[in-house]
Amino acid sequence: MNANALSPSPAADGVRRLPGDLAIWVFILAEMAAFAVFFAAYAFARAGNVELFDAAQETLDRGAGLANTLLLVTGGWFAAKAVHAARRDRIAAAGRALWLALACGAGFLAVKAMEYADKFAAGVSLSTNTFYLFYFSLTFFHFLHVVLGMAILAILLVRLRGGAYGSHGVLGLETGTAYWHMVDLLWIVLFPLVYVMR
Amino acid sequence: MQYPSQAVAKPYFIAALGLFVAQILFGLIMGLQYVVGDFLFPHIPFNVARMVHTNALIVWLLMGFMGATYYLVPEEAETELHSPRLARALFWIFLVAAALTVVGYLAVPYATLAQITGNELLPTMGREFLEQPTITKIGIVVVALGFLYNVTLTVLKGRKTAISSVLLLGLWGLALLFLFAFYNPHNLVRDKFYWWFVVHLWVEGVWELILAAILGYVLIRITGVDREVIDKWIYVIITLALVTGLIGTGHHFFWIGTPEYWQLWGSVFSALEPVPFFAMTLFAFNMVRKRRRQHPNKAATLWALGTGVMAFLGAGVWGFLHTLAPVNYYTHGTQITAAHGHMAFYGAYVMVVLTIISYAMPQMRGRAANSDAAQTVEMWGFWLMTVSMVLITLFLTGAGILQVWLQRVSADPQPFMAVQDQIALFYWMREWAGVAFLVGLVVYLASFFVGGRKEAAA
Repeated sequence: MNANALSPSPAADGVRRLPGDLAIWVFILAEMAAFAVFFAAYAFARAGNVELFDAAQETLDRGAGLANTLLLVTGGWFAAKAVHAARRDRIAAAGRALWLALACGAGFLAVKAMEYADKFAAGVSLSTNTFYLFYFSLTFFHFLHVVLGMAILAILLVRLRGGAYGSHGVLGLETGTAYWHMVDLLWIVLFPLVYVMR
Repeated sequence: MQYPSQAVAKPYFIAALGLFVAQILFGLIMGLQYVVGDFLFPHIPFNVARMVHTNALIVWLLMGFMGATYYLVPEEAETELHSPRLARALFWIFLVAAALTVVGYLAVPYATLAQITGNELLPTMGREFLEQPTITKIGIVVVALGFLYNVTLTVLKGRKTAISSVLLLGLWGLALLFLFAFYNPHNLVRDKFYWWFVVHLWVEGVWELILAAILGYVLIRITGVDREVIDKWIYVIITLALVTGLIGTGHHFFWIGTPEYWQLWGSVFSALEPVPFFAMTLFAFNMVRKRRRQHPNKAATLWALGTGVMAFLGAGVWGFLHTLAPVNYYTHGTQITAAHGHMAFYGAYVMVVLTIISYAMPQMRGRAANSDAAQTVEMWGFWLMTVSMVLITLFLTGAGILQVWLQRVSADPQPFMAVQDQIALFYWMREWAGVAFLVGLVVYLASFFVGGRKEAAA
């Protein structure tokens, strides 16, 4: 989970370095700022309408939310494994780990799609009430990030096969997995906030 | 200047500066009409002065973008422009069309202009900023297509760089989004909705790509920093600009009859629109700090840094000020909007065009940079115009805050005109700041005629 755990053990010179490309950290900060604004807006809206939010929250499937949390955290673990394996030139193991991370992402999308289908079948939409406005906006915005994260993982997989990563360097791999970790970090805030906290 | 065909940029820059003068004069006229309502009545009514002020701005910025493109694309692509003749022909077509349109605005009532130009055949007139007669709009499309054909072929036959790709993406987006100016649905909500596809997606979308590309080009030239570094910054900036700017369109959909979710989406995404502008400021200052050579054109460096700072303040901070739906509920359509509009246009687009003019004009006149004397005068122009614009913005912000309070928030809200009377002092101060701006513009233009010892030829 902790992106810093991805860095090699403190090098001989003892300098801690930022894993991945600096540019991805600019994006990660910008993305987290976007979600922070969303979360703040949620808190602001909820404060004005606590009963409605609490009642509507009851209709969400917490089991599905918990399953998705586990899927994303596991996916993050596999991505970290991939970096460690690639650094030791165990390319096949790294490839398997990336596949498993992708599978976790796909599982997340499937569970989330079932939740959406359930809500749409019940006639609930973005315009039903303020809670659902936030529920759909926040989770769908996050859903798109999972899709983007998976696209990045797929690119990493292709490049890994092409021999781009190994003991000679894993910068691109670290860059992509840092983004993937952001996706599960965001969910870890989003899930309790929208599904559980009251 | 490495390629002779780059010189086609020169008439574009000169015409742009000419229209800039016209824009400021009409700005002063309408600024005075705020407080002396019958000034120049009935010859130049307020709505006409406003139309000329805003349309001249848009046209001269487009001229500036085209000039910038013709200047930088051959150097980026390392090849001559596909057709310098087409570029020169399009210049005259564009200039004559713009001049005829302004004459039309001033000579006959707007409704008569609509009749003369056959607006009923394809009605597109009467919408703010898109007031041009349909035939002018068609002319703009023709010029834009010819221009894009010319520069795209140039890029395709030469070297492809991040800067030219981003620039082309921005220019193609600009042209395609303008097509929404021809879509004029009867439903007023839809009408406004698609109107913003031109207005917002230009200035808070594709124009930002053009801005980043021009700024990146000038910074490479004056700092000598590695292209790789500059490219990475540009990619980060344009991604942030597009992600925040596209959905950020929602901040115009709060109160026009669109579904309520736009209040959330518009607020969240537009609240982040300052981020790419902040990145641009960091970018400009970082590159100048890491410069590997001392370029003799100090004025261009000043303009580039000024663009970063003023774009962030005007577009970023002053935009954020009133972008959240709960705030905008009170500030919508007040002088707060005018304050933001002035500093954002000046800080982002006016300044970036003046940056490339400052860099390119000396080169087109056969020298790496102007004489120190000329640069000093130019930098006086920079400071006079920039400080005046800051003052205009502050006075309008003061007017806006009072207006919001007296007209919308206080326990005893007063009618619009009663409030306007009470904030007249701010309008007077804005007008005087506008006069100072004009002085700055004259000083700036005078710098082109200052001689002195020339720097070595380019």
